[in-house]
Amino acid sequence: MNAPFVEVLPLEPAMTWIDVGAVTDIPMRGARRIPGPGGDIAVFRTGDGQVFALLDVCPHRGGPLSQGIVHGRSVTCPLHGRVIDLATGEGLGADRGGGCAPTAPLRVVDGRVLLGLCQT
Amino acid sequence: MQRQKLVVIGNGMAGCRAVQEVLKRDAGRYDITIFGAEPRVNYDRIMLSPVLAGEKTFADIVINDEAWYRDNDITLHTGRAVLAIDREVGCVRAQGGLEVRYDRLILATGSDPIRLPLPGATLRGVVTFRDLDDVEAMIGAANGDSRAVVIGGGLLGIEAAHGLVRRGMAATVVHLMDVLMERQLDTSAGFLLAGALAERGVETVLGAVSEEIVGVDGQVTGLRLKDGRFLPCDLLVMAVGIRPNTALAKQAGLTVNRGVIVDDAMTTSDPAILAVGECVEHRGLCYGLVAPIWDMCRTLADTLTVGGGGYQGSALSTRLKVSGVDVFSAGDFGGGEGCEDIVFRDAGRGVYKRVVLRQGRLAGAVLFGDAADGAWYFELMRSAKDVADIRETLIFGQAITEGLRGLDPSAAVAAMSDDQEVCGCNGVCKGQITMAIADQGLATLDAVRAVTKASASCGSCTPLVEQLLKLTLGDGFQAQTGPAPICKCVGHNHDTVRRAIVADQLKSIPAVMQALEWTTPDGCAACRPALNYYLICAWPGDYRDDKQSRFINERVHANIQKDGTFSVVPRMWGGVTSAAELRAIADVVDKFAIPTVKVTGGQRIDLLGVRKDDLPAVWADLNAAGMVSGHAYAKGLRTVKTCVGTDWCRFGTQDSTGLGVRLEKFMWGSWTPAKVKMAVSGCPRNCAEATCKDVGVICVDSGYEIHIGGAAGLHIRGTEILTRVATEDEVVWTICALVQLYREQGWYLERIYKWMARVGLDAIKAALADPADRRTLYDRFSYSQRFSRIDPWAERVAGRHTEEFNPLSRRLEFAPA
Ligand code: SRM
Ligand SMILES: Cc1cc2nc3c(=O)[nH]c(=O)nc-3n(C[C@H](O)[C@H](O)[C@H](O)COP(=O)(O)OP(=O)(O)OC[C@H]3O[C@@H](n4cnc5c(N)ncnc54)[C@H](O)[C@@H]3O)c2cc1C
Ligand code: SF4
Ligand code: FES
Repeated sequence: MNAPFVEVLPLEPAMTWIDVGAVTDIPMRGARRIPGPGGDIAVFRTGDGQVFALLDVCPHRGGPLSQGIVHGRSVTCPLHGRVIDLATGEGLGADRGGGCAPTAPLRVVDGRVLLGLCQT
Repeated sequence: MQRQKLVVIGNGMAGCRAVQEVLKRDAGRYDITIFGAEPRVNYDRIMLSPVLAGEKTFADIVINDEAWYRDNDITLHTGRAVLAIDREVGCVRAQGGLEVRYDRLILATGSDPIRLPLPGATLRGVVTFRDLDDVEAMIGAANGDSRAVVIGGGLLGIEAAHGLVRRGMAATVVHLMDVLMERQLDTSAGFLLAGALAERGVETVLGAVSEEIVGVDGQVTGLRLKDGRFLPCDLLVMAVGIRPNTALAKQAGLTVNRGVIVDDAMTTSDPAILAVGECVEHRGLCYGLVAPIWDMCRTLADTLTVGGGGYQGSALSTRLKVSGVDVFSAGDFGGGEGCEDIVFRDAGRGVYKRVVLRQGRLAGAVLFGDAADGAWYFELMRSAKDVADIRETLIFGQAITEGLRGLDPSAAVAAMSDDQEVCGCNGVCKGQITMAIADQGLATLDAVRAVTKASASCGSCTPLVEQLLKLTLGDGFQAQTGPAPICKCVGHNHDTVRRAIVADQLKSIPAVMQALEWTTPDGCAACRPALNYYLICAWPGDYRDDKQSRFINERVHANIQKDGTFSVVPRMWGGVTSAAELRAIADVVDKFAIPTVKVTGGQRIDLLGVRKDDLPAVWADLNAAGMVSGHAYAKGLRTVKTCVGTDWCRFGTQDSTGLGVRLEKFMWGSWTPAKVKMAVSGCPRNCAEATCKDVGVICVDSGYEIHIGGAAGLHIRGTEILTRVATEDEVVWTICALVQLYREQGWYLERIYKWMARVGLDAIKAALADPADRRTLYDRFSYSQRFSRIDPWAERVAGRHTEEFNPLSRRLEFAPA
């Protein structure tokens, strides 16, 4: 995170990177939603500027994780309070092992957020 | 044998270091020529900041003086930029037509500062911060009453602003992001840095988008921000980043992406040409710091002499060069499986430290206020050593860790000598603590804290002190009792935190977290909403609400439902409505196809199943009919139920409906520790169920009974009588004073009946007995209402926080891979 410029490596085949907005469009310690064919995707930004993407579906009963409170690298689900790791989509602490919210491929290039989509 | 000709383009940090490394390996091998566009010998660019600040002179920062070039037989052409490379012939052409042949060529052209393409960017007084000329231009502009604006709150921008202040200017840093140096620091460290800079006279404006540089007669006079603010200045420094200087390489046909592409041997796409420094791109990365340049120069020199070696990329660390402000950052804080944060704060010394472990290894570190262990952490990080066995003491740094390593905790404590320090904050040694325990018969942690001050500040030595208690007392040691801490992030309870917020004038969440030594970087879903409320309550006019610390319902002013839709409950003052309101509600239901309309238990109407994106439009229509948010989602005033009272009822003794409406109109919008429900009944038959509300009023012939502490939810509780008063005015004054007392004493999520059980009804009565006390409580409540009796729906209809309701981007056509 210290490099003033961080360039991405060559793209994997069969994946297209779509620019969905600027990092600054996502509130710090917050999230935004993006509607998609397989359900909404939640894009989170942590207090230290990291960006993560998960399917917007809590592993417990499908709560919209994008509406939770973001703290550290986790989000607390708004429906029943599970704490989900933003990097893995899995429950943390007492919530470990209760399923997982799928992660979405994401890259940040020059302050833009790119989502890796499958074109097939 | 004829010596080969080595030509270097760029007399900067990389170019000269590369030559030094080559000379070190084989001094006689090359006939060396260096071209430099700058009209001077090689100097330490990173020390330009201290030169600007007046702490060093140019002579102090020269790395290689003229004698060095002479002694090493190097031909130096200063002030001569190379204009072209002819790869077929193998020669470079410089300004003034000078041509020099090469066998091997090194590109070390560094990078150019980025100039934002803002209107006015070419005005006089707009400068960048890269070389000595820039520094001289800045110093020239600095005099007692001139002002500077620096765009960019990264390392360079901050050092520039600090330097200018040291030169007597007033300086303001304008930064696009919400956190200074956000690539290197987290929110907590960024907050502390902004404070430390403010103490040194550097102002910061965060989250600010620059729109236009304004000038008069060709000279800059100020910067206009997108939000309309205007910052006057006589000097404007752009420090927004750098771009690798690749023009020459591109024109010569070398492979260039963002930088000049090099392989692990530092060779470009032409084997005769190597490149090094900020102009290169290696394995997809461009660097902007000197440490990687030193690594690159070693490999490059190997390639040019002995062969072998290979550059693998560099780990990075940053240290800010602002005197008296100790900031260190290394690695990354990015998430990943098995990631773990360890945080240490010492409010007394203004220290914040955070290390991040990933899979048992150090992945990153941020240090503010005490960066002495930076190098140690960086080394642990680079060597990727397993730190599991030193995890407990890692955050305390090298001295403590290495002193205690390998011992189990109690043995380690037993092994400490009596004069070894246990509590760093208060300077208490082991011997003082054990002596106090033995001599004064202390048996609890609190007692030790009270007598010795050990563990009384940051609490990080608490485990050590507990070990000492156990060691000294054996089974006589009692574990801690008393109010539980707010959450796992901190050792303090709600009362302590509330008191500190007021006593120490803490006015933001990062300020509270630093002063009370939170052990997490930004709290959790339990403590953040509590802090946000405590701050609103303590500083109604000053505190800026942190919406990211609110539960979703309070963030979007509607209640989330199990399918992710929302419910909307407009206020119906005292439960009274009209044909016009009902018609508007009916129209909204039709227009937005709202699936369910229900009468609530709180005498109003709930519209359920509204899509989040529709919320502002639904509110706009309700607002147009004069309706505002019912705060059915709020830890705040909910409903004031009423009965029909003297207006219609044959038993009514007072205007219960009117009083309920008056109370609701005065008190709506107020934030409280937990929800507050009220009711006013017109006679003791109590049709409004006032005796199971947080605050209830029963009207009687002689006046009004004010009841408190009822509940009819998880627990059923009848109210108790607080007092009897004669007039409506006295009802309003007393209830406002009571609610203010609750606002100031209640713990977050503690309903009135629980607060009453904790502090006692007598204490509440006593606090309200004196009319003067009642009056000041009432005044504080009224003052805070000035900032909260604002319809949150109308604000959002007007455009506040639109990002909350709109998707980030249009609908995706494909699913994530
Ligand atoms: C809508 C309503 C039910 C209804 O259809 O009538 C309702 C609905 C909810 N109540 Fe209630 N309560 C409603 C009246 C009540 C009442 C009756 C009253 O207010 O006279 C009570 C008992 C009185 C009391 O509070 O003591 C009541 C006791 C609760 C409780 C238990 C509180 C407690 O401290 O024991 C909760 C849970 C909580 O707040 O933690 C709760 C929580 C909720 C929540 C907010 C659950 C949640 O967190 O999502 C429900 C929100 C639904 C929504 O989206 O609108 N609701 N709830 C009523 C809205 C009143 C209004 O106009 O604002
Ligand atoms: C104010 C300031 C503070 C800094 N602080 C730090 C710090 O604390 N820590 C840290 O690690 N880094 C810091 N840096 C960054 C560090 O200085 C750079 O990473 C380093 O100087 C890059 O070295 P370089 O040789 O690649 O580029 P440079 O040092 O810029 O050298 C390139 C040279 O090439 C010359 N040149 C360009 N094109 C031509 C041409 N066609 N012909 C001839 N000559 C040419 C340029 O004039 C320049 O002199 C700081 C930078 C600045 C400006
Ligand atoms: S209880 Fe009293 S106020 Fe309520 S309706 Fe009956 S008479 Fe009227
Ligand atoms: S749906 Fe997320 S916690 Fe229940």
